[in-house]
Amino acid sequence: MNNLRGVYTIWYRDILRFWRDKMRLIGSIFLPLLFLFVFGSGLSGMMGNLGPGVNFAQFMFPGIIGMTVFMGSFMAGVSVVWDREFGFLKEVLVAPISRASVAVGKTLGAATVALIQGMIILLFAPLIGVSLSAQTVLALLPLMLLLAFSMGSFGVLLATRIRTIEAFQAVMQILMFPMIFLSGVFFPLQGVPTWMSILTKINPATYGVAPIRQVILGASPDSPFSITLLGHTMSLWNNVTVLAVFGAVMILAAMRSFSTQE
Amino acid sequence: MNDYIIKVENLVKRFGQLVAVDNISFTVAPGEIFGFLGPNGAGKTTTINILCTLSKPTSGQATVNGFDVVRQQMQVRQSIGLVFQDPSLDERLSGLQNLHFHALAYHVPASVREQRIEQVLRMMELWDKRHSGVRTYSGGMKRRLELARGLLHYPKVLFLDEPTLGLDPQTRNRIWEYILELRQREGTTIFLTTHYLDEANKADRIAIIDYGKLVAMDTPDRLKKIVGKDIISVKTDDDEKAAEELRLRYQIEARRDNNGLTFEVASGEKFLPIFIKEFGIKILSVSLRSPSLDDVFLKLTGREIREEETSDAFKAMVRQHGRRLRR
Repeated sequence: MNNLRGVYTIWYRDILRFWRDKMRLIGSIFLPLLFLFVFGSGLSGMMGNLGPGVNFAQFMFPGIIGMTVFMGSFMAGVSVVWDREFGFLKEVLVAPISRASVAVGKTLGAATVALIQGMIILLFAPLIGVSLSAQTVLALLPLMLLLAFSMGSFGVLLATRIRTIEAFQAVMQILMFPMIFLSGVFFPLQGVPTWMSILTKINPATYGVAPIRQVILGASPDSPFSITLLGHTMSLWNNVTVLAVFGAVMILAAMRSFSTQE
Repeated sequence: MNDYIIKVENLVKRFGQLVAVDNISFTVAPGEIFGFLGPNGAGKTTTINILCTLSKPTSGQATVNGFDVVRQQMQVRQSIGLVFQDPSLDERLSGLQNLHFHALAYHVPASVREQRIEQVLRMMELWDKRHSGVRTYSGGMKRRLELARGLLHYPKVLFLDEPTLGLDPQTRNRIWEYILELRQREGTTIFLTTHYLDEANKADRIAIIDYGKLVAMDTPDRLKKIVGKDIISVKTDDDEKAAEELRLRYQIEARRDNNGLTFEVASGEKFLPIFIKEFGIKILSVSLRSPSLDDVFLKLTGREIREEETSDAFKAMVRQHGRRLRR
């Protein structure tokens, strides 16, 4: 009970911050929209259809949803580094809240914020020529939440080990952007060079983007966008399972890592 | 009921080779203002960090409000309030929101939450600014908000780590009024670290700490009796000759520094008229004062605390400034 309350307290603060900071919301959806409309519209005409009835912008749309959720939750998770830099982490660490609850609350806060950002991008579907039924949206929300939760806990885990703002910036450059580029957001992962193919398959974000695309563009096994792992074509549930296992490992590691902070 | 609310026994904290806290023991009585006095790096903050469960001792034991700081962390945290040396507010939130967070975290019952928040905000004179973002607050307002926050859950012990570092004298005085009022009203025990001597004077008891060791612990008045004598500072035409004459004529060993000569005499009022009349070297200025805690510290450790004050204020300024630049 006390732990739940602690989780709620930490989550509540992230939500407060989110509401207070409207500029951050605009900033966080601007980049995905820029990619979607400039790249998507710009390249669609030139590239023709990537699959049956799917042009480049329509292909990229599920990827952009994934990217928004990924960036939003990961960065919010890593923002613990800023709390340390500006001193607020001390207030949290000395409060009668267990460290594990802090890690979970922070992850849920990051996931909630990222989910809202992703939902805003969903509203742009009609402009890209993607039609979403209520059923599709209902299927997307848990997938987005799982991706947000997994990447949020990954961010929190990293933040417990990052001591400086410089290291934080390095993590952003070296980890976040390659993970986005190599997750199938911008191009189909079939037919990429072997070295890249290996990287995309060890990239957990791949298994977060793929099911979102499967729900929006269809999940048939012979889809040109499906992922094959060790010769096995990944079904929607296969992808979800890989992501869920990653998320479970990350949240447990984050809880543990937070508990040993001094 | 125990006659102490904090008990520290043989506490040691090592960081690698460095012994930051070296086998210290003391108790603090309920309702007491207990001051930890010492220069930077003496082990004051390390001790506070152990007492508030942010850091684990290498060896030794400590209890706060009857709870062990290693084995009963949650109970200790619930019992204490903290005002840190560095700000620990969420600058993106309003003052009110910072307090709401704190009230939730410390299980302040919902029925009294709003009323208590209003009470502490009014006490710290921040009620009118409650909806403004903390980043628009001045340094003094932030410190007052932190004090308000530290009091919100009615802690048994309030830890103040250099509570007025880098603040202007008026703000320092105001904050002290609040602290004394709080002790009066709530009977809160206050554990204070400082290297401002006037601040240490307000404590009921002072522990002087240097290189991780407790070198003395008593009331400010009794500590001053360690020095015992009055202190005279003189500036002369020729300090070297003057020191020589003091030695020959009065058997007094004076200390020399840039400001002239300093020495101790049993009764300054009687000594001074004779001294001025008799002395062979031209005296430019002379002052007489009773012993201060700085003199006590000097006597016990051979060094002054005061020297570091300016550099600290400067450091605090640079830190604030640096933050703003990085943002």
